[in-house]
Amino acid sequence: MSNIDLVASSDMEFTRPNLERQLLEGRAIKNNVLTILTWGTAILASVPLLSVMYMLLVRGGTRLFGADFAEVLTALPPAGFEMGGGIGPAIVGTLLMVAIASAISVPFGILAAIYLAMLEPKGKLATTARFLAKVLTGFPSILAGVFVYAVLVISFGYSALAGGVALAVLMLPTVVLAAEEAIKQVPQRMKDAAYGIGCTRTQVIWKVVLPTGLPGILTGVMLAIAGAAGESAPLLFTALFSNYFISELMEPTASLSILIYNFSGMPFENQIELAWTASLVLVLIVLVFNILARLFGQPKV
Amino acid sequence: MTMAAEANFVADPFTPEGDTVIDCKVDKIFYGDFLAVRDSVVPIEKNKITAFIGPSGCGKSTVLRSLNRMNDLINVFRFEGSVMYHGQDIYAKKVDPVVVRRYIGMVFQQPNPFSMSIFDNVAFGLRLNKYKGDLEEKVQKALERAALWNEVKDKLKNSGLSLSGGQQQRLCIARAIATEPDVLLMDEPCSALDPIATRQVEELMLDLRSRFSVALVTHNMQQATRVGDTTAFFSVDISKGGRTGYLVEMGPTAQVFDDPQQQLTKDYVAGEFS
Amino acid sequence: MAINPFANSGNSGSITRPPSSAERATDSIFRAVAYVCALLIIVLVAFILWEIGKKAVPAMADHGLGFWVGTTWDTNNGVFGVLPEIWGTLYSSLLALLVGGVFGIAIAIFLTQDFIHDRVASTFRTIVELLAAIPSVVYGLWGIYVLIPMIRPGAEWLHAHFSWFPLFGSDLSGPGMAPAALVLAIMILPTVAAISVDAFRRIPYKVKEAAYGMGTTKWEAILKVMLPTASSGILAALVLGFGRALGETMALAMLIGNSNQISLSLFAPANTLASLLASNFPEAGPIEVQALMYAALVLLLITFAVNIIGLGIQQYTMRKFEGKA
Repeated sequence: MSNIDLVASSDMEFTRPNLERQLLEGRAIKNNVLTILTWGTAILASVPLLSVMYMLLVRGGTRLFGADFAEVLTALPPAGFEMGGGIGPAIVGTLLMVAIASAISVPFGILAAIYLAMLEPKGKLATTARFLAKVLTGFPSILAGVFVYAVLVISFGYSALAGGVALAVLMLPTVVLAAEEAIKQVPQRMKDAAYGIGCTRTQVIWKVVLPTGLPGILTGVMLAIAGAAGESAPLLFTALFSNYFISELMEPTASLSILIYNFSGMPFENQIELAWTASLVLVLIVLVFNILARLFGQPKV
Repeated sequence: MTMAAEANFVADPFTPEGDTVIDCKVDKIFYGDFLAVRDSVVPIEKNKITAFIGPSGCGKSTVLRSLNRMNDLINVFRFEGSVMYHGQDIYAKKVDPVVVRRYIGMVFQQPNPFSMSIFDNVAFGLRLNKYKGDLEEKVQKALERAALWNEVKDKLKNSGLSLSGGQQQRLCIARAIATEPDVLLMDEPCSALDPIATRQVEELMLDLRSRFSVALVTHNMQQATRVGDTTAFFSVDISKGGRTGYLVEMGPTAQVFDDPQQQLTKDYVAGEFS
Repeated sequence: MAINPFANSGNSGSITRPPSSAERATDSIFRAVAYVCALLIIVLVAFILWEIGKKAVPAMADHGLGFWVGTTWDTNNGVFGVLPEIWGTLYSSLLALLVGGVFGIAIAIFLTQDFIHDRVASTFRTIVELLAAIPSVVYGLWGIYVLIPMIRPGAEWLHAHFSWFPLFGSDLSGPGMAPAALVLAIMILPTVAAISVDAFRRIPYKVKEAAYGMGTTKWEAILKVMLPTASSGILAALVLGFGRALGETMALAMLIGNSNQISLSLFAPANTLASLLASNFPEAGPIEVQALMYAALVLLLITFAVNIIGLGIQQYTMRKFEGKA
């Protein structure tokens, strides 16, 4: 009996209801089937991650954790049928371009976030800027490449600087939004206390808000760096690629992601193996920044 | 009463004159290792209003929520004792708490209408029970009983959230009584309402008594005297370092307030009214 | 020099003094710099639109609106049209949304509706976040060497037995729509899941209590109360996930086959706007670059529109809950 007797007589006697679990009743079956399905989806959804991790460790790990790991990490990439070789220039290029991108986007982003969170949070400029920053988080990364191609590459050619600027465009919204959130988390009573002893707004920001909000800001910066390190589309036609170590900022530059892209389609086993090795190195770099983000994000006890 | 005496105190069992619909015997209620309530026998009378009063932390809400197994939503909750309802212990292994809650409805402290229309809010339980009859008639009847019909009859399609706090609470009452449950548990239903809305809900409770058995938790003792037929007074015992609630005294409301048997009750009632 | 109105009042021994003029100047300069930085975000977006638009103008003049419906991309004869790419972009993103959306919402329910202990839930949330941290190009590599070989037998069987059905109308010879859409689904799943989790978390606890208090089973509470209450937030999650999918590049460029054709078949190669840009830009001559700029503008307009719609729904949701909670 699943339906309650709904006869509407006011002096109806309540017959002894059956409260027992009815495992074969429609509602119970539906409930259990859906629960099993949800568990199934959750487990299935973790399969790709496990598979990717497994492949990275097995196929990328043979070279990276093998005897010639030093060569892999430092040597130039091999040509066609050549054996051995490494991903040295790509590692340097990726780290360098991420550094350029951070040097541009982090100061700008934090200053913009200070404006959005503290100086004029409800003003027209802040509302518009905040909304556009959110729109930019969904900005296709390849278009950052197209934009920088149009602005820099056409005049100055492919370069590490162009690659770094393209990555900076992608990092900026993440830094701005995370820093704004972190600054907003600083309790109002702390700001009030600082104002109360006569600080100017700048002093409140530098002496109270930024030190207190720093962990949150760093979390955002680390996540932005992790994202930028893994990007490839914006580098395709800004930094291009190079087989050699970079010697100046204005020349084409290798990166791990483009190396993976180039080598993945090659018919040579050696190159494909290096693509997996480069993937493992890239994922490790991304993971390190993700872990740093988490460490900074942990509330201080 | 000394602290040691308080730690071991067990109230005299109250035997109501009329029929009881729920016979609740709490031995112990735990949240994890925390002993929240002990040794409380609380019968809920048929077609009466049973009011639970006591200082905050005395476990009155916990006991109320044990009566339809709402506490099962909390993982660490553990109930020792029995809650007999029509001859069945609702804490028996084979009992489905979902079914229990359909017979023993609940109205909460904060008005909590669903974000759907007024009509759909009231029809929610009817649809849930796959009621095949005339939905509109049932919804109207429930809203009339909840004294809300005249205010909302022209805007049944509006969101339940568009109503005022007092109206929302009456909507929640209408939602709870639309399926004609047997017992209605009300957990401080007026605490979020202004005095006028409180008055309306209290009058509503007195009307509902003819059809439902009501158990009411209230922090407002005047409310207990106004609507309660029977009153159960709980207190909290901090003697062992914890905060364990227990029943001190239960009886007809007039007796509990005018001629309390326990010193603790006397003090509490006097303190509140002086 | 700033004049201190309190200079002659009160305690002469006080060490209190008004901010120096240097401090005042720092304050104004700093605020001006912050203002400029905030302004720069707006300028940046305008500059992006302007630069890509300007570079696309010659191609717009040459090809006009026919560019949107043309089906050939012929560099030698200068005939350019992006209909197959628009089709491929929308089709792959919709398929990805179908799979990633269902999984994302299911995972949001799994994480928020008491299926697992809180600590387990936070571990699982980390797994989903890691899914988002893996670079696109690594997914592309994984797709080529793991996913395509894995789904090929199934695809061949489906094609052999159901080739009359348009979805299975061709053979999976390697790269194609199905592996591309599947990888895309994996990539948008974290976005959909995270925003949906947020939507479920915004529902006040008292709503859940009300549902259980009415005697719902867990799934009745989820389907009849929680999902409808979270619906606008989930819609925002889906729209934003869709926007993510539209602009995703590398994995698609590696997996979709870059073939200029319009087909319903899941196993046929196809192309998207983003992977057209990725594969043609590096070697393009000046005329083709103009056409590619036009294609980039098309992609930019589509993704901005989708993102703005998604953000609009999300803000509406937040206001709804903040207003009523």
